[in-house]
Amino acid sequence: MSVVAPSGEAVVRPASPRALFFAFNRLALQGFGGVLAVAQVELVERRRWLTKAEFLDTLSVAQVLPGPNVVNLSLMLGDRYFGLRGAAASLAGLLAVPLVIVLALAALYAQFAQWPAVSGALRGMGVVAAGLIIATALKLRSTLASNPMGMPLCLGFGALTFGAVALLRWPLVGVIAGIGSVAIACAWRALKR
Amino acid sequence: MSGLHAALSAGQLFGLFAHFLMLSMLAIGGAITTAPDMHRYVVTQQHWITDTQFTTSIAIAQAAPGPNVLFVAVIGWNVAGPLGALATMTGVLLPSTVLALGFARWSGQRRESRGIKAFTAGLAPLTLGLLLSTGWVLAEPFVRDADHRYGALGLLAVSVGLAIRTRIGPLWIVALGAIAGVSGVV
Repeated sequence: MSVVAPSGEAVVRPASPRALFFAFNRLALQGFGGVLAVAQVELVERRRWLTKAEFLDTLSVAQVLPGPNVVNLSLMLGDRYFGLRGAAASLAGLLAVPLVIVLALAALYAQFAQWPAVSGALRGMGVVAAGLIIATALKLRSTLASNPMGMPLCLGFGALTFGAVALLRWPLVGVIAGIGSVAIACAWRALKR
Repeated sequence: MSGLHAALSAGQLFGLFAHFLMLSMLAIGGAITTAPDMHRYVVTQQHWITDTQFTTSIAIAQAAPGPNVLFVAVIGWNVAGPLGALATMTGVLLPSTVLALGFARWSGQRRESRGIKAFTAGLAPLTLGLLLSTGWVLAEPFVRDADHRYGALGLLAVSVGLAIRTRIGPLWIVALGAIAGVSGVV
């Protein structure tokens, strides 16, 4: 991995598997309603372990593989720096403490479900979780400028994906196989030139 | 709570584990995409938990910090306590973990090849489209709620704006959402 990415953003290497564990633990504990938005802030903006473009590339692969996206992302990033030890450290950081918290909440839930303040807070947090994901997409959009397919085609594929998944609710496997294979073919052709 | 768990035999626990092992390989786009089939198995077919327990499991995991996949642990917990959580979590993570590591190593050695470059460059716009879709799917129920539509849209816009334009950490924006929720804005 290069020290300075093509975009000019300096990239730092995590110091140890320990550092991976604490970074993923920290980002997991901040992630309400999903961790992806926080992962982008922590890994790209705060720690500078990845550039925006590297984050998007890793996420793209994590997304098409089976399994939770953030879990795959943590495994791939940990393995890239410290092999299996790194992967295990990232995964443990991501899951261990949140697992204890969520199981404790599951055990306590029955007592608190009727409190209106609890359900109100959950609704508000739900809306913000949605907003943070949308913001992540908007922040990463600038990386498409260096995509070999060019901006108009990228925006087209992005819009088609949104239409198919969010509006038509097509199964993801079909969307990746259909739109994804056409997009990969376009990128393949663009790279030739 | 533990008194409510169904007493599963070792064979049933293994069946639970095996079913989630199989779902792991189908969970493209995250574990949540297989939630309908989990529901079919643990609620409709096996009657281990009720419909409400299933929906609540997902809501609790959404509200807790951490990856959304933890809803799988809550479902396992509600089915059979700690052993159930262990069975569903290891089941859903084991195959996808092996595959992710294998693929990461294989593609890492070929990072500069045209095939891998075309693969990641081609999928990048889809990934952004999927992120927007996730945001939309999560926001839609709040926006459709006629009583709180404008509050929800306002809070959505404020949270997007704060995340893009300021250096305020995500946790503070979530706290703002909780306050807005408690005070009845959404």
